[in-house]
Order: sequence, then structure tokens, then C-alpha cells
Amino acid sequence: MGDPMKIRARLQGDVADVRVLMAHPMETGQRKDPSGKVIPAHFIKEIRAELNGKPVFDAQISQAISRNPVFAFRVKGAKAGDKLKITWEDNTGDKRSDEITVGG
Amino acid sequence: MDQTRRGVLKGAGTAGALVAAFATGALRPADVLAAWNKGAFDAKTTADALKAMNIASAADSADIVIRAPDIAENGAVVPIDITSKIPGTQSISLFVEKNPFPYVGTFNVAAGAEPFVHVRVKISESSNVRAVVAAGGKYFQTVKEVKVTIGGCGG
Repeated sequence: MGDPMKIRARLQGDVADVRVLMAHPMETGQRKDPSGKVIPAHFIKEIRAELNGKPVFDAQISQAISRNPVFAFRVKGAKAGDKLKITWEDNTGDKRSDEITVGG
Repeated sequence: MDQTRRGVLKGAGTAGALVAAFATGALRPADVLAAWNKGAFDAKTTADALKAMNIASAADSADIVIRAPDIAENGAVVPIDITSKIPGTQSISLFVEKNPFPYVGTFNVAAGAEPFVHVRVKISESSNVRAVVAAGGKYFQTVKEVKVTIGGCGG
């Protein structure tokens, strides 16, 4: 499941300025532990954002995204009270969703 | 609304018709949701990644702005903003050309987001960062060099 995301959505007119911080190791599969064993890749592959249940933004990403990923994007047609839900899914099938209320 | 890929596949297991569709290759699992393009993500050069994405060519455009540090002290966390001013921008894809796997990802904004994205990426060594924008069935690109003093892929 992972730890909760930190999501912030600030309204500028009808555009929600969204910033999200996800807690995830984003392990590349290139690094080795001190005994020389390769640390298996473990990274988020998919991100989806929904505004009131309607998809507004999604991304397919690789292990090149930094640890504890931060993303920012701008959702059009948002207003105070809207529900913004963000979901990630990693390469092990683990996933997590968090929801906030815009401007609340 | 919490329908996940796993849920979709599980649902498909009970629906024989869909299983048949999977089996014959008429409907690949990737089609259920936006595809995670394994071929592109596994590519070792930007050219191969673009090929795997069926992008034959991309026109240079000054309407894509990459905001990134000229010199990044820590290659493990390099903040990058990409803004496209091209009308009808559907997606923004990002490549760090000298990384072991250059393709960083694709950000789809067509459904209801502005053509902007901020990410933090790992950059293994000084490299060109390339943004490729899909708009109206065409592809546009711009490139910016980022120098890295400490790489982001080591220990």
C-alpha cells in the first residue's frame, strides 16, 4: 500500500494547480547492496488522476523518476469542493489511491 | 471507480469472450488501459525508444519550453518543468539521452489537464534532456542540456 501521498490543489481561476508527493523507493534495478547483490527494480509505472471520477491526467513512467516522486500538473475545469483522486501502481502490482477536496 | 488493471483482468477471467480475445491477440492486456510501453522503456537509446513508440520523426519547436537547471549538483533529483504552447497538445514524453534507459515517461494531458508537467528525474551523467510533444497526430520536440556533477544512478 505504501504511505499516504501528500496532495495539494490550489485553484487559480478554474485551473487546479496540483502537486503530489508519493512515498516510494523508485529502485532502478541497477544498484547493488554492500554485499554486491543487485537490488531488484521497484518503481511506480502508472499514475492516474481523476476529478470527480473523471480521468483528467495519466502518466506511464520509468525508474528514472527520483525517489519519493513529486509531480505537478494543472487540471482544467476545477472548482472548490471537487474531489481529486490520485492513484499510482508500481511494477510489483502494489498500488495506492488518495483523495482530496479541491480548495478544501 | 477503483477499477484497476488487476480488477479488469480478473473480470476478464470470468468473461470467456474476453479471454478468447486475449488468447488470439485481438485484444492485448495493454489495450485495457493506456499501455506501459515495455519496448520503449527497455530501449537503451532515445532513437530506439522513439521507434518503439512509433514516432518516426519530430519537428524541432520553440513552443516547447523545458525549464531545468543548467548544472545539477545532484543527479539523483533534477527538477524539470515542461510546458507546451502547441495547440492541441495531447501528451508530453521525456527522455534523458545518456541514462542507461533514456525514456523517462509519457504524461497524458488530453483528458483535462493543461500542457504542463513538473517532475524530478535521475540523470546519470551530463546529458541532453529531450521533450517530445504529441499534438494533432504530429510530433514536436525540444532539447536542453543538463550538466551533472554527481550522477544519479550510482550508490
